[in-house]
Order: sequence, then C-alpha cells, then structure tokens
Amino acid sequence: MNASYGIKSWLFTKDHKRIALLYLATITFFFFIGGIFATLIRIELLTPKGDLVSSDTYNKLFTMHGVIMVFFFLIPSIPATLGNFFIPMMIGARDLAFPRINLLSWYLLVIGGLFAIFAMVAGGVDTGWTFYTPYSTSYSNTWVIATALGIFIAGFSSILTGLNFIVTVHTMRAPGMTWFRLPLMVWSNYATSLIQVLGTPVLAITMVLVFCERTFHIGIFDPALGGDPVLFQHLFWFYSHPAVYIMVLPGMGVISELISVYSRKAVFGYGFVAFSSVAIAVLGFLVWGHHLFVSGQSLYAGMVFSFLSYFVAIPSAIKVFNWTATLYKGSISFATPMLYAFGFIGLFTIGGLTGLFVAALGIDVHVTDTYFVIAHFHYIMVGGTLMAYLGGLHYWWPKITGRMYPEGWAKLSALIIFLGFNLTFFPQFILGYLGMPRRYHAYSDEFQVLHVLSTAGASVLAVGYLLPAIYFVWSLRYGQVAGANPWKATGLEWQTPSPPPPHNFEETPVVTHDAYDYSTTVGEVIEVG
Amino acid sequence: MGFRLFPEQASTISFEVDHLLYFLLAVAIFFTVLIFCAIIFFSIRYRRRSDRELPHAVHGGLPLEIAWSVIPFGLTMVMFTWGASVFFKESRPPDNAMQIYVVAKQWMWKLQHIEGQREINELHIPVGRPVRLTMTSEDVIHSFFVPAFRTKQDVLPGRYTTTWFQAVKPGKYHLFCAEYCGTKHSGMIGWIYAMEPRDYEAWLSGGRAMGSLAENGEKLFDDLACGNCHKPDGSGRCPNLVGLYGKNVQLASGAVVKADEAYIRESILQPTAKIVAGYQPLMPTFQGLVTEEGVLQLVEYIKSLGEKPGVPEGSGVTPALNREVPNTQATRPSNATSTPRNR
Ligand code: HEC
Ligand SMILES: [Cu+2]
Ligand SMILES: [Cu+2]
Repeated sequence: MNASYGIKSWLFTKDHKRIALLYLATITFFFFIGGIFATLIRIELLTPKGDLVSSDTYNKLFTMHGVIMVFFFLIPSIPATLGNFFIPMMIGARDLAFPRINLLSWYLLVIGGLFAIFAMVAGGVDTGWTFYTPYSTSYSNTWVIATALGIFIAGFSSILTGLNFIVTVHTMRAPGMTWFRLPLMVWSNYATSLIQVLGTPVLAITMVLVFCERTFHIGIFDPALGGDPVLFQHLFWFYSHPAVYIMVLPGMGVISELISVYSRKAVFGYGFVAFSSVAIAVLGFLVWGHHLFVSGQSLYAGMVFSFLSYFVAIPSAIKVFNWTATLYKGSISFATPMLYAFGFIGLFTIGGLTGLFVAALGIDVHVTDTYFVIAHFHYIMVGGTLMAYLGGLHYWWPKITGRMYPEGWAKLSALIIFLGFNLTFFPQFILGYLGMPRRYHAYSDEFQVLHVLSTAGASVLAVGYLLPAIYFVWSLRYGQVAGANPWKATGLEWQTPSPPPPHNFEETPVVTHDAYDYSTTVGEVIEVG
Repeated sequence: MGFRLFPEQASTISFEVDHLLYFLLAVAIFFTVLIFCAIIFFSIRYRRRSDRELPHAVHGGLPLEIAWSVIPFGLTMVMFTWGASVFFKESRPPDNAMQIYVVAKQWMWKLQHIEGQREINELHIPVGRPVRLTMTSEDVIHSFFVPAFRTKQDVLPGRYTTTWFQAVKPGKYHLFCAEYCGTKHSGMIGWIYAMEPRDYEAWLSGGRAMGSLAENGEKLFDDLACGNCHKPDGSGRCPNLVGLYGKNVQLASGAVVKADEAYIRESILQPTAKIVAGYQPLMPTFQGLVTEEGVLQLVEYIKSLGEKPGVPEGSGVTPALNREVPNTQATRPSNATSTPRNR
C-alpha cells in the first residue's frame, strides 16, 4: 500500500485498499455537506415561523440533505469503504475480482456527486429526496434533471460494487475458507450486494422515466398527460425500501464483528445471523407498498404489505437477540468500537421496534409523513448505520493506518454522539404522534418545545461528529503505532502487518478454523466463565 | 403555547388508534428494557478482567433461536391483525355519512358542502355524525391530515380518494397538508370546526346564497349542453343518467363497473376509457372545459337524479347511499361492494 506516492498513483490505483480510502475521503466530504444542510434545517426549526431562510430555500435544504446523505453517503458508506478494504482481506484474497471496475465505481460515484453538487450550486432542487410525481416532473422549477442524473450515475457505482463483491466472494476465497467460515461481515455485505445488483436498476429506470416526462412531456406519471402518479411511488419504493437494507445490512455485519471481538466469543447462532441477512435481502423486496398505505392503493394491497412488513422484522430481531446472547459469559472489553456497537444495538432496537408501529396500518395512517417517520428512519440510518460505520472505522483504523486513535477522546465522542443522537431524534417521535407533518418550513407554536430540544441535541451531535474527524487526522501522525493485531482478533485481516502490504498477504493464507475461534489468537489463556 | 405528549382525541377512530398505540408501546418498552438490561447486566458481570482471558465458546442453541423467532412473530401478527382492523374501519365510511367534497390545489383546500356552502382552508362539521370526504387535486399530490382525528388520506390529481371521520367533541382542530407539494406546503393548513349539530344547522343556514351543489351541477349540465345527448327520458343514442349512481354498468368491453363518483368523473373527462355496452363512443371529452369543482357539481347532480321524490334535497346525506336502486339489473347492494380505496 505504501509502494508509491503521488496523486497519480492514487487516481490510477487498482488496489482495493487505496480505492477504499478514496471512497473514505469522498463520502466524508459528502457527509459534512449533508451535515451542513441538516444544521441549517435544525436552526430554522428553532422557531415556529419560517424566519431564517425562505420556504423555497428550506425545501431545497431538506431535499439536498436527503439526496446527499442517502445516495452519496449512506449507500456507499460501509460497503465501499470498510467493505472494499476488508472483504478481500477477510476471505484471504489479494484484491477484489475486478480491480479496474472497482476503480470505475469510484469514478462513477464522484461523477454522480459532481452532478449533484452542480445542481446545488446552480440553484438547488426542491422535490424531496423521494421525487414524488407529478411535482417533480411537471411542477418543480429546480434542477431535477441534474440531480436525477447524478443519482442515476451513482447508482451504477453501487451496482458495480455489488457485482464485484458477489464475484469476489464466490471465486476468491482462500483455501479452507468455506461459506460457513466466512466472517458475518462478509455474509451481510454479500446480501447487500444482491440487493444492489437487483434493485438499483429499477431506480435507474425510474430516474429515466422522470427525465422523459420532464423533458419530453411523455405521459407516464402526470395525470394531466395521461400518466399515473402512484406508479412512480411503486417504482421508487421498489428500490428505496430495499435500499434501507443496503444501508443497514453492512452495519449489521460490522456489529457482528465488533460484538464478537470485544467479548472474545464466536457470535451466538452464527448460522441464524448469516441467513437472517439473506432473508432480509429477499423479504426486503416484498414490502415496498408499506410506503403507500394512504396513497389510495387498495385496502387489500395495504393489508398484504403490512403483513409482509412484519415478516421482515423477524430476521432483524433474531440478530439483536443473538448479539445480546453473544455477550453472555464473554470477556467484555469497553474499547471504543464496542461502545459504538452497544449504541448501535440500543438505537437499532428502538428504530426497529418503532418500525412495528409504522407497519401497523391503523397507526401508519396517522404517523406517515410526520416526524414520527423521520425519527424512525433516523434511528435506523443514523443510530444504526452511522454508529456501525464509526464503530467499524475505529475498529479497523489501526489496521488501515497502522496507528491507534486516542482512546480517551474516542470514548468521549462515542458518548456525546449517543446522547446527542437521542436528544435530537427522540422528541421527534412525540412530535410526529402529535401530528407535526414532515417537510414543514413553519409550524404551529405548540410544537416548539420539542423542536428546541431536537435542535439542542443536533448541536451536541455535531460536536460528536467533528471530534473523530479531528483526532483521526491527528492520529495519522501522532497516534501510537498499532502492530498487526491490537485487539487479538481472529479475522484474516489481522494476520498481516498494519497497514497491510500491497497484496495483503505475504503468502495466501490457509484457513483451518471457523470464524471467531479466539483460541488461536489470544495466546496464553486464562479461562473464564 | 401548551405542551403535551399525546394529541387530542376528537374522533371515534382516535380512541381505537390510541389503544393500538398503547399496545405497541407496551411491547416496544418491554423489549427495549429487556435488551438494555441484558446488555448492561452482561457487560458488567462479564467485563474483561485480564487481557489474556478466554471465555468458553458457546455455539448457540436451537430452542432459544426458535423461541426468539416465534414469540416476536406471534406478537407481530397480533399487531398486524389489530392494525388492519382499525384500518378497515378508517377506510370504509358508514352508509349514513354526510358528504363533503374537497379540491386541493397548491396551496389551499377548497371544501364544498352538498348544500352549497364553500369554504377555503376551513371546514365546519357537526359533532356525532360521520362525514365522508371525496377528494381530488388540481395539480400535485396533497394529503388531508387531521391529527386530532387520526385521519390522513392522500389527495391525488386525476382521481378521487375518500376518507371519513366522526368528530366526538366540539372544537377547533388542525388541518394539515401532509404530502410535500412545493413552496408553501407548510402553509397549506387550515382548521376543522366541529360544532354541536344545532350550531352546525345554524351555520349552514347562514350562507346559502350560491345554491346547492346539485343545483349548480344542473346549471352546468345545461351550460355544457349535456342534456342535448343525455335526455331525461332516455331517448336518443345516449344512456339515461337517471338512477345511474350506484348501479352496475355493463361495458362494451364486457366488464361490469359500479357507477361510483370516480366512474362518473371518468365518463366526463375521459369518455372513451369505458364505453357503455350498446352505445357508440360519441361523447366528447370535457377535459379542460370544466374544473374539478365543476365535475364534482356534475357528479352531485347526476347522483341527485337518482333520488326518489320526497327525499328532501340537500339533506346532506349522500342520496344514492340510502335509496333503493331503481333499476332492475341484478345489482348487489351497492355499499357492500364499495371499497373507496380500491380503484
Ligand atoms: C355528443 C353527445 C354527448 C354529450 C354532449 C355528452 N355525452 Fe355523456 N355520453 C354520451 C354517450 C354516447 C355515452 C355512452 C358511451 C360512453 O360510455 O362513452 C355517454 C356516457 C356518459 C356517462 C356514462 C353513462 C353510463 O350509463 O354509464 C356519463 C356519466 C355521461 N355521459 C355524462 C355526461 C355529462 C355530465 C355530459 C356533459 C358535461 C355529457 N355526458 C355530455 C354522449 C354524450
Ligand atoms: Cu420501506
Ligand atoms: Cu402539501
């Protein structure tokens, strides 16, 4: 990895580790852009009147916050950075199956991102990240096409990454690395890749249709042109519900790694956890209609989708129970990544359980399109995915850079994030049930107290996110040298120097044990339990 | 600026929705506490005491896996059934509901009473009587949301959607647009005034200047010369519209559709979409010639054509819903087959 330097050696690299770092820089950039939009939104909502920015600006802020965070941060987050870096290493491979395609994926994300940024700079887009028609196709006067094009291109990045992972896991496992010896991180990224490959083309087609209607006035979605506005919602959510799992499944994989290594135990019910990822990927394609309960879709369609939505809850519950059970009689360390893992389980549990609320037809009629839904999916996306991402980043940081981050600061920021997160989003459940609609620039006075709490939480949260950005950079120079395996972890990625050599392993490893067999790494052993 | 944790309960459904919520909250709190306590307990009890510690590997247990799959699944099925039954009630207006028409546009609500009163961003309704809303939009998708009633229904351009509620106590309740619709989405708000029936009657008689919806519809029917083709005696080459509403219409394609509001609307705006059996597609489209509000008036007029003499006009009760269908076709009772969300 340190073979050569210079900007060119990065821009033309085929090394999955370097590409992962390119992704890391890119999505960190997008995260902070999306974060600035979020900050402005929260400041605007301090007061009931729309006084900080105009309505149009506000509408652009929440749209661009959503677009950037979903398509340019959350979707690539764990797979394209941690996955890209560690999937090959975890299975004992020298690289991904298609290194050039891997690099192409990164370029596609960047080009897509440039279109999105162009749209923002040129004047923004105000359709909401959901692009509901006919507003997006016939009414909005903003940069819909440029944004849609950006998402379209970024979609191909996602498809190619998925394809690359699938082929890699099938063909490049080291000798002895059977399917049931794969770390759970690999299983969950594999399941994610399936969704990316099967689902993202539908999003791409949907964006093309929006383009056709907007540009050529071909009636597809706008009833004034003979189209059907609800058709768009079906197409959009056919991708975007599974996309929720694109965002959260890799996080679940990270958590399985963390829980295991910091309690020095194999994940309880390995097979169940592995298959629950696949089950989620498959079932996730059958529930899109739960976003359309009040859209005018038939009563019976609503019932079927509600029923199926409860099915998809079970594999997630299985994971949470198995992680908790893994702690039983473990040797539990409170290293920073483990704090993030605890945070993930707590927040994901709340996010998941409130998912049962919105899947209940009678309740969803009341809470859909309110802050309840916003709170629910931020608990999953931010409380879940982002916690897992940060946990994973801390866990693998010594491997990636060869340096330790400062433990004290890291623990502090994990704590700040957890508290700030809850303060930001918990009040939003109450707001939503009270009836505060989404995407409101101004609101009725009685909602103010809860909005003020939420904004206070957001400022705490912002500090929590800035800290790691600072100390990670600091650690590159001043961090303690980490050594090959600071956590005494079992994965193959830890059985090679930190940072890893260009081809990952001096010699192709041969796998003789199941995943998470700590008797091989802990060395001289004091038995407990 | 009062502060509260739960919204007011002002409709019959609101109590049922809240009961379901309490059940869900109980389950959610139980599992959250369970998981949190387990994590805290395990991590204190089994905290690492030496860096060289190695616990015994435990590889899982099938009975446990089955237990924590089956028990949550059972609970979710209770949630599903309960949620669906509440939804069923939310979706199906009672037969005796009074009819209100809603036309949404960027960024206002236009509401019309059968009796002719029109309101903007305000709706007066009597307490204790079910109110059925038939809604459409002139532009983008909006959503009619009354938190105190726990009611929400998207309002779509190009078609009708329906919802209903029954207020239980007098008061002034928020009406919000819940589907993002552009610049002034957050300004597309209004108030529902639930009144004692006596006050409501008084309010109604306050402003009848403009004539009832059906009367306006009749005028429009004449202005647009519908009557040249659709003769009241059914002569000529066009179907008789008397008694049409609620009956089952045999189409040229062989299908049978129920003549509900959506069907009548479509007959006016896209006459060729469904051709009545035995007739030629002679009817011109009135798309662009008549506004959504005008269409609603025509619909209401056509509905009123089916009324038996003697039912007081403007009683506020959807006429077709409490009359016998005066045609001889093998009609099922019209309401049993009506699923307003189903189109
Ligand atoms: C040129 C003659 C003509 C005019 C004018 C006309 N219609 Fe029609 N209408 C027809 C014919 C013919 C049919 C039957 C064929 C079909 O279904 O399109 C019909 C069908 C209908 C139907 C469906 C009847 C059923 O039995 O299912 C409705 C409702 C209707 N018209 C309403 C109207 C209204 C309201 C107007 C005025 C705005 C109007 N029509 C103007 C010729 C006309
Ligand atoms: Cu979904
Ligand atoms: Cu709106």
